[in-house]
Amino acid sequence: MSSHTLEAELQVNLAIRDIRYRLGRFLLTALGLGLLLGTVMAMGGIYRGMVEDALSLVRAPGADLWVVQKDTNGPFAETSRIPEDLYRVIRAVPGVREASPIAFQSLQLRVPPRLFRVQLIGHRPGSLGSPPAIAAGRPIVRSRYEMLIDRKAGVPLKTEIRIGRLTFTVVGLTEGIVSSAGDPAAFVSLRDAQEIQFLKANEAIRNDRARLEEDLRAAPSLYGVPATVLAPILQDTHLANAVLVRLEPWADPKEVAERIERWNHYRAMTTKEQEEVLAKSVIERARQQILLFRIILLAVSTVVIALILYTMTMEKTRDIATLKVIGAPDWKIAGLIMQQALALGLLGYGMGAVFISLVSDYFPRRVAILPFDQYMLLGIVVTICVLASVLGIRRALHVDPTTALGGGA
Amino acid sequence: MPAILAERLTKIFGRGETEVHALIDVSLAVEVGELVALMGPSGSGKTTLLRALSLIDPPTQGCITIAGERVCTDSLAVVDDRRLRREKMGIIFQAYNLIPFLTALENVAIVLTLNGVPYREAMRRAGDLLGRLDLAHRAGIHPATLSGGEQQRVSVARAVVNNPAVILADEPTAALDTERGKSVMNLLRRLGRERQAAVIVVTHDERMVEGFDRVYHMVDGRISGGH
Repeated sequence: MSSHTLEAELQVNLAIRDIRYRLGRFLLTALGLGLLLGTVMAMGGIYRGMVEDALSLVRAPGADLWVVQKDTNGPFAETSRIPEDLYRVIRAVPGVREASPIAFQSLQLRVPPRLFRVQLIGHRPGSLGSPPAIAAGRPIVRSRYEMLIDRKAGVPLKTEIRIGRLTFTVVGLTEGIVSSAGDPAAFVSLRDAQEIQFLKANEAIRNDRARLEEDLRAAPSLYGVPATVLAPILQDTHLANAVLVRLEPWADPKEVAERIERWNHYRAMTTKEQEEVLAKSVIERARQQILLFRIILLAVSTVVIALILYTMTMEKTRDIATLKVIGAPDWKIAGLIMQQALALGLLGYGMGAVFISLVSDYFPRRVAILPFDQYMLLGIVVTICVLASVLGIRRALHVDPTTALGGGA
Repeated sequence: MPAILAERLTKIFGRGETEVHALIDVSLAVEVGELVALMGPSGSGKTTLLRALSLIDPPTQGCITIAGERVCTDSLAVVDDRRLRREKMGIIFQAYNLIPFLTALENVAIVLTLNGVPYREAMRRAGDLLGRLDLAHRAGIHPATLSGGEQQRVSVARAVVNNPAVILADEPTAALDTERGKSVMNLLRRLGRERQAAVIVVTHDERMVEGFDRVYHMVDGRISGGH
């Protein structure tokens, strides 16, 4: 194309003129497409949010290793129970800088008038497993009955929350620490968490004790041992779900993990392995579901764009025929359709992006819109537009120029 | 040398029992600056001849020479008919056929830009021409809001703006009343002579051919001698 032709092409742009002429309808079409693409973005954001949420819990403590019950993937994927004091032994392993027990439990809280789920995390305040940052209030400083809760729970500072027999005071708020289900995290001391998780109700304790007395009567070797002495030993609450380990900078995580595993009773997983377990086992199906839904939505978008472009082309059949009669080359006609397809796609994409940025905060779960995902979707939208416009271009290039002429033979 | 020369054009539609001979051995030569009318009843082949001459619907047999460029049926596949129309022909339609999303000015200028004329120059030339046709005040308006007569004048401007060798008009006054029809025909005559183009007008209205150099009659796909 000569520079003169290029100049002319830039300034008598048929696609822009047509869009301007039918601006209202074009904007409405783009808005419809924008809502569709906004839904695609929302699905991607929900998926990313789900992954981010799930990993936030694993990443928050900043541990290098997670020691869990042998043959389990705990504590998020399976049940894992280990003695609380295991951390003392692990601390002695060469390469271990810090070790601390941690307990996780999903439970329902009532803060009148609301009822909501939280991921309760029992930890040793000030040790590994404490939240990385406090967004408001202060950290836990007393060993009992204090709670840190994520902002997402919407619970203000100094709120009193009752869990079982215990009453907690909210002393601090965290931000962005939620479970894979999107439930906000609540941090309490390990002892509180153990009581909530492992200590039975008074009635259950009395029943267990009566059953134990029966058993003792049937076991002559234990004759004379009172049930009141044995019961607390059997009802051991000094359990944790995992021991978090932070290594010395020079330590090799694999080597330390192997050393811990050699005791045979435990499994040591790196944080990366723990993340993989979460990503693959806990949220994999949800991820696949959302991925499939996104693919379907993109397929629907492709069909919608193709149909819109085809209809737009059909409406211009006579104009295209006239253009052919006055000598417009095929590339000019194809350009009209291709440029309109791209304009429609890009405007729809922009509208979708604005739409999702306006509504993402109202979703019950985190919608994480990442720039990489947005660029990817932009690329996909452009590809879809190009592919969808092929149908319209094909139609346009087959328009018989005689369509422009009236009169009989 | 004629601006357009048609040699033994034949056009056949359909095959076998449904075969229709729309043009039979039609030959025609129109000189530079000459105005020719093609008349005849419906179905006589006059529009078919116009389509054949413009290569929109090429003949089944025969040759056409347009401004020195010869096209025969055996060379049709390699001929860029759109380039020929773009560079050497101006076509006027019965139903005006202006592009609805372009203004009157852009409808005229587009022919120039398609021929590589720079945008500003194209707009200037198109504007000058519309001014001469008393349409300067309507230049920025889209066709839908122009009257039938105005649309046809814009259509005439579009056909002549590039100074084509041949102007082909298919029933250009059919949708207009007599007065407006005559006005458009006068305009076509004036611009054709001015720009030294061979003008071929298909019409069925005797009143519109006043002042034409030759009038041909077509009957059953054959052309009679001009008078």
